[in-house]
Amino acid sequence: MLKDITLGQYFPGNTLVHRLDPRTKLILVVVYIVALFLAKSFLSYGLVLAFLVLAASISHIKPKALLSGMKPLMIIIVFTGLLNIFYTTGDDAPIVNWWIIKIYKAGLIAAFFMILRIMLLISGTFLLTYTTSPIALTDGLEALMSPLKKIKVPVHELAMMMCIALRFIPTLIEETDKIISAQKARGADFETGNLFRRAKALVPILVPLFVSAFRRADELATAMECRCYHGGEGRTKLKVLKYGKDDAIAFLAGILLLAGVIVLRTFGL
Amino acid sequence: MPPVIEVRELTHSYSVGTPFEHVAIEHVNFTAEAGEFLALIGHTGSGKSTLIQHLNGLLKPNSGTVLFHGEDIWKDKKFTRTIRSKVGLVFQYPEYQLFEETAFRDIAFGPKNMGLSEAEIRQRVLRAASFVGLTDRLLEKSPFDLSGGQKRRVAIAGVIAMEPEVLILDEPTAGLDAKGRQEILSNIRAYQKAQNATIIMVSHSMEEVAELADRLIVMKNGRVDAIGTPSEIFRQAEHLRAIGLGAPQVTEVFRLLREKGLELPADTYTLAYAVKALCRFREGGGHA
Repeated sequence: MLKDITLGQYFPGNTLVHRLDPRTKLILVVVYIVALFLAKSFLSYGLVLAFLVLAASISHIKPKALLSGMKPLMIIIVFTGLLNIFYTTGDDAPIVNWWIIKIYKAGLIAAFFMILRIMLLISGTFLLTYTTSPIALTDGLEALMSPLKKIKVPVHELAMMMCIALRFIPTLIEETDKIISAQKARGADFETGNLFRRAKALVPILVPLFVSAFRRADELATAMECRCYHGGEGRTKLKVLKYGKDDAIAFLAGILLLAGVIVLRTFGL
Repeated sequence: MPPVIEVRELTHSYSVGTPFEHVAIEHVNFTAEAGEFLALIGHTGSGKSTLIQHLNGLLKPNSGTVLFHGEDIWKDKKFTRTIRSKVGLVFQYPEYQLFEETAFRDIAFGPKNMGLSEAEIRQRVLRAASFVGLTDRLLEKSPFDLSGGQKRRVAIAGVIAMEPEVLILDEPTAGLDAKGRQEILSNIRAYQKAQNATIIMVSHSMEEVAELADRLIVMKNGRVDAIGTPSEIFRQAEHLRAIGLGAPQVTEVFRLLREKGLELPADTYTLAYAVKALCRFREGGGHA
């Protein structure tokens, strides 16, 4: 069912990770990704993995939740792995040499690292959205991007758009579920027939969905105007972002991770 | 002869196996006979919507069965699909599901999915349109250009056009004005009479159900709390209030009048009966 999509879902909680300033978490995710792409050896990957496990265990997010979010991306992960296995050549003799297929040890290692990298990348970003409410996330993004206002980037508007989009994902999913049920009740068939027929069967879902999305957008705009929304100019926040002691600790952990990976890299480990 | 619909020990939970798992309905039992008008009442979240989606096979029960003329609707895949046209389900705010270019074509969507001939589809659409009082001129318009009440009637006609033996409606009058409500209800009534169809209607209006229903099913926390005729159910007004419902307003008014010492019948549930009782009361010089 559509309801089971966990992408961008937020699991409320009150752990150290949940309480961190959203800016801290955003910067940490960037640091984490940089560290991940600098990592080259088992040891440095291990370091990155340890960081993730530590963050996940502090935030009480179960490994199952992180892995289940990866399901829709499984095809990409497997495909990347296979490409690496078959297209990496090493200096030593191939392990498998059959017909046109040649598999080198280097290929297996490359594939392993690539898969690990993608999985760590996805789980890291999922951890961010699992522990940060969409509103906090956009607040953080807006604050981090605010220097761009100087070069006339509409930062507030972008953040507001993102906030609204995130807010309406569950609503639209629910709406889609409802429309599918209603059309099924009228005998609509989405499961059989060739590709063309199936594409055509989507019309009774997409038309009402678009109509209601536009209607909702209209209503939301009116409601915002009724509450005197006029853009970011002079707008104050309900929750003012403030760095605390926890954030300092988190930054320290991030710096240690990055430093560790860089040191390992320079020593060629 | 088995009843048209029989529900046995129906239980359904959502999001099984996740932290969000919760039981929506459990151990629900009831039957519906041909030509019967059933009303489903209950507090928001009492499982009414979940229950009705089981009756036409949109949701599969975790345990328990739904029988249509004595046959399990899940006995095979094809049978479940044919059930959808025999047990018509009109969702809440059905006008949000309109999608075709003209009202006519939207109403024809259901019959077309049944694989009927062009002529038969045309006939059914016109028949359904006349049940809900849509004129030929309206049928040629885009459904998005119609008024709210007209859209609702097009959507209901879309289900009626499949000519189901059982017509289920989830709050068909929600958000309509008094006149629109009356029209929709008399349309449903007309369909019931003409086809000897079973009607199952979810409603929050005690006045509506007192007026129309043969029997009421009261839901509470996913279970059937009581089943009975309107007078049997509304006799326990105290209990109904306790579970977040209540008796029709006219019953409440009569109760208050009785408390003031007027001798009026306690079993007054519809406006028509109330008027009669009051007339009798006046003629009797204060002694009904």
